[in-house]
Amino acid sequence: MSRISKTFEQLNTGRSRGLVVYLTGGDPHPDRTVDFVLALEKGGADIVELGVPFSDPVADGPVIQCASERSLQAGTNLAGVLDILRRIRERSDIPLVIFSYLNPVLRYGFEKFTEDAATAGADGALLTDLNVDEAGAYMEQMEHRGLDPVFLIAPTTSLERIKTLSQSSRGFLYLVSRTGVTGEQKSISERAIPLVERVRSVSKLPLALGFGLSERKHMEEVAPHVDAAVVGSAVVRMIGDQGDEKSLPSRLTALCAELKAGLRLDTSTV
Amino acid sequence: MAASSTLPDDRGRFGRFGGRYVPESLIAPIEELEETYNKAVGDESFSEELSSLLREYAGRPTSLYYASRLTERLGGARIYLKREDLLHTGAHKINNCLGQALLARRMGKKRIIAETGAGQHGVASATVAALFGFECCVYMGEEDMRRQALNVFRMRLLGAQVIGVKAGSRTLKEAISEAMRDWVTNFEHTYYLLGSALGPHPYPLIVRDFQTVIGRETRAQFKEMEEGELPDALIACVGGGSNAIGLFHPFLSDENVRMIGVEAGGRGSNLGDHASRFEGGLPGVLHGTYSYVLQDDDGQIALTHSVSAGLDYASVGPEHAWLRESGRAEYVSCSDEEALEAVRLLSRLEGIIPALESAHAVAEAIKRAPKASGQTLVVNLSGRGDKDIGIYREKMPDLE
Ligand SMILES: Cc1ncc(COP(=O)(O)O)c(C=O)c1O
Repeated sequence: MSRISKTFEQLNTGRSRGLVVYLTGGDPHPDRTVDFVLALEKGGADIVELGVPFSDPVADGPVIQCASERSLQAGTNLAGVLDILRRIRERSDIPLVIFSYLNPVLRYGFEKFTEDAATAGADGALLTDLNVDEAGAYMEQMEHRGLDPVFLIAPTTSLERIKTLSQSSRGFLYLVSRTGVTGEQKSISERAIPLVERVRSVSKLPLALGFGLSERKHMEEVAPHVDAAVVGSAVVRMIGDQGDEKSLPSRLTALCAELKAGLRLDTSTV
Repeated sequence: MAASSTLPDDRGRFGRFGGRYVPESLIAPIEELEETYNKAVGDESFSEELSSLLREYAGRPTSLYYASRLTERLGGARIYLKREDLLHTGAHKINNCLGQALLARRMGKKRIIAETGAGQHGVASATVAALFGFECCVYMGEEDMRRQALNVFRMRLLGAQVIGVKAGSRTLKEAISEAMRDWVTNFEHTYYLLGSALGPHPYPLIVRDFQTVIGRETRAQFKEMEEGELPDALIACVGGGSNAIGLFHPFLSDENVRMIGVEAGGRGSNLGDHASRFEGGLPGVLHGTYSYVLQDDDGQIALTHSVSAGLDYASVGPEHAWLRESGRAEYVSCSDEEALEAVRLLSRLEGIIPALESAHAVAEAIKRAPKASGQTLVVNLSGRGDKDIGIYREKMPDLE
């Protein structure tokens, strides 16, 4: 069983939903990401999505666009992110999912990517702009290396497609709470929970909900419905604002602890 | 080669190129567009309305003009110009915009968004928005806003909002990224009017189909002028590739007609100094399609340079990638300087001031004609040079 599946199994028997945290690898510098991830784990993150910076991140809002830019400026590439991942794996057992746009992975080669990712200790990957209909060769290589392919599902995804996406994913499904780019929102889209229920009706996979979730009250709102919540921009914003400060890791820990507290089932408001 | 004219397949593939590489959130709006388009194609009232708009509003057919003085000067091939520069708004872009505006109306959208490089597609989009009563928002890189300032004002005068994009090299690539972000956020009431034969399927197909009127007219006009003959070669500039594919496509099955696409050679051959995707790029994915892409060793998209904003883009329409790979068309590049020389020559000899983009095609004809005695060349004059007068003044100080 994969690290990701094991994590969800443990969460199932516990009193809290999972917290999935996204951050861009190498932001603001490749030497810092390992400490950030350990700090996130200490605060209660259950799974980490490690972003590969890309020059043209069309699915991202300004916060993650800037992170990509900072990371690229510091010289990060896909090989660099895999190296970061390897260094995290030396010190932690937390499930790690590589998050990338397609072109850097294409350039690296699917076969080499999956081989090197598996060797580095990755558990899964999500390629933002690799539509499942085009993903045959990729999924074959992922399967071959025992990595979990994770696909996105949007509020506008048809039931027929949801079934395909569910069959093509392993580990968990990433549900996009609203259509649009990444970035914090004041409130959770009214389409989010119905989406969770729709997917639940046709899939047995754990469901993680993300896009726009950034505060404890969002966590409390979704906790009764989801297996995990994904937080990206709120964490990346903190890294962007305080990237140079020594105290950043402890603040990241505190941020995660606060978010994770909102995911505890006994405190959540149903 | 006849099979080429039936592509793309139903997955949007031209050989290994094309496809639909988008985040899941964009699948539903793309499928909605595809469905609308497939219905429209089979609907006679759609093509009738489009034809009458092209005729009465845009000024079609455009003429095919035998450029006798240019021909004489070059002393070789006979050169014909397809005069898309005579169209309303000054470039071929209006052909596509009228077609897509009809699709947007069918879909019940109230707002259209567009990207623009040279500003010609932005102006054409703002124009159809005014004509159809849509709200219109155009994304444009800040560098392009500077060098095509006249078109920025035209768009505003037409009632469009122009949003400057600051990222990257502040040119077309960044404008498309920002338009895609708007689209994924607002597609329920917003139509994305993509301006070239680029992007995820079905855009390369739709834009091509709306531009093939160029090639269909050219074919008929040439035959009429030249006793049923076809030209020996077609030459067009290739930014995303819409004016070129519009000219080429109706000739694909005519094996004796050569096709030459001209990319921007910019100021040199180093990555970042040009937009010659075929010479300097590799297959990859940018903005939803698999095609040739200028990129670095890490798969990061490269910056580009061309004096011509409309050719200054890191990728190229997937059908051109296929036509090149299959050997049906060839692709070359002309430098900034060659294009500017072509502007001077065409202006002096024919009284036609071309757009900088189109001047790249003219420059290629200037290179080829002397060695091609007895042959006929059709050059797509995709747009007029009014928008570029500021650049011409800057680059031709001897005329001040
Ligand atoms: C006059 C003119 N020609 C050509 C182009 C290049 O686009 P495409 O390759 O899609 O024809 C542009 C783009 O802005 C243009 O304005």
